[in-house]
Amino acid sequence: MYSDKVLEHFKNPRNVGEIPDADGVGKVGNPVCGDVMFIYIKVKDDIITDIKFKTLGCGAAIATSSMITEMAKGKTLDEAKKITRGDVADALDGLPPQKMHCSNLAADGLKAAIEDYEKRKASKQ
Amino acid sequence: MKRIYFDNSATSRTDNAVVEAMLPFMKEHYGNPSSLHSFGSEAKRGMDSARASVAKLINADPSEIIFTSGGTESDNLAIKGFAYANRSKGRHIITSAIEHHAIFNTCEYLEKNGFEVTYLPVDSEGLVSPEVLERAIRSDTILISIMYANNEIGTIQPIRELAGIAESKGIPLHSDAVQAAGHVPIDVRSERVSMLSMSAHKFYGPKGVGALYVRKGIRLEPLLHGGGHERGLRSSTENVPGIVGFGKAAELAMSNMSSESAKLIALRDMMIDGVLRRVPRSYLNGHRTKRLPNNANFRFDYIEGEGLVLRMDMRGFALSTGSACSTKSLEPSHVLIALGLRPEQAHGSLRISMGKDNTEEEVKLFLEALPEEVSHLRQMSPYSDSNPIMANEPWCSSEEHGHTTKEE
Repeated sequence: MYSDKVLEHFKNPRNVGEIPDADGVGKVGNPVCGDVMFIYIKVKDDIITDIKFKTLGCGAAIATSSMITEMAKGKTLDEAKKITRGDVADALDGLPPQKMHCSNLAADGLKAAIEDYEKRKASKQ
Repeated sequence: MKRIYFDNSATSRTDNAVVEAMLPFMKEHYGNPSSLHSFGSEAKRGMDSARASVAKLINADPSEIIFTSGGTESDNLAIKGFAYANRSKGRHIITSAIEHHAIFNTCEYLEKNGFEVTYLPVDSEGLVSPEVLERAIRSDTILISIMYANNEIGTIQPIRELAGIAESKGIPLHSDAVQAAGHVPIDVRSERVSMLSMSAHKFYGPKGVGALYVRKGIRLEPLLHGGGHERGLRSSTENVPGIVGFGKAAELAMSNMSSESAKLIALRDMMIDGVLRRVPRSYLNGHRTKRLPNNANFRFDYIEGEGLVLRMDMRGFALSTGSACSTKSLEPSHVLIALGLRPEQAHGSLRISMGKDNTEEEVKLFLEALPEEVSHLRQMSPYSDSNPIMANEPWCSSEEHGHTTKEE
């Protein structure tokens, strides 16, 4: 059902954990549906310098979480915001159709974390 | 890596003796049982003898066994066949909230076609109460269908009591015994069951063959019209090798049932005690003792079942889950929801279904691997005892997630 890449990321997920002093935190998903993702980012000079995730969910939810941390690390906020759900799925050599919507939350999670960072920054100014 | 098969409720390995019994009916006795010549009679004899063995397994008469393509067809024939043949008597059917989809979706289909269906609730261990059944019976109730044992949580229903109530009201009771037949003793005569579905591949027989027991005097409308095979109830040239394999599996089940079930109950109890002791925040789904000898079903807080099935597969264990994420519909198991579990609890479920070839050593290996994998997933999970899932978290809406959860 899953591509080798999905299984590889699921087996050895990158950047698992929390960042206690994160500059932005994104939460997406829903425990009722079975997938919840938290993304933590550190930002310096508009660049994502560190990123970690914690996810409750199926193989696809964990693999997309892991993949987006790799895709976003070192990117500018503008570049990171442009990462779509489709980009994450492509980077994993595709997801099963029924997982495309439900478990492919990572791009939304990253956007939510960036928005949280921008909101915090705006309130400081 | 050694692979360990703990998914026998999905399907089982065909017994070597079954395969051996089937082969001559492909290579030599390949005739059509309806033919007049000797090729036909050989095939017919093989089929007759299988019919006798299958009948004996549940204490029925061979003339009461209709061979089908499997459990799903047997359930469809029983429910739709009975409903259409008896609609002049009434339009009400009673079943339970934890039936297999072969019953559940057939009943939903009948609801769209002029019938009314009552889905009886179950208690937190999955049992249908005889009193609740009695209260649900109406003057226009024509059929009651309650499964013998549940495919997910293994709970065995009090079929004798339920069928007794049905009979006292003059209503036939059908039972989906796909998970029970060949594993626990069934006696349709003394238990007063009127129809019963079975499937060969759930007890070491071949796939693609099953049977419906139909007590004499029960009228059914066939689903398949044609040459009038199986007393006109199931036209189609019979799957002779499959039927012969089914007969062999029934024979083996009769001689081995008591020793196998004693062995499986010991393994199951070792599994249940071991998991509950070794994994914090783990719970058993279903009844502790009124359950199939081979079934254990757990749930684990803060993790999701599909991930656990995948991680255990990477360590060689074949398991299954009632998590929505494992299904095409993305709905959590209706069985676990009917027990009163919340969807997030149902997502964290794991089913282990053992078979005659499993060993104590395999259960020990499982008990070593499982706590590590649960703990690995919990390290990734945002939830824990110190950060539990809160009801009504503000971002917890199903619309946001793109699909709605099933209303039960």
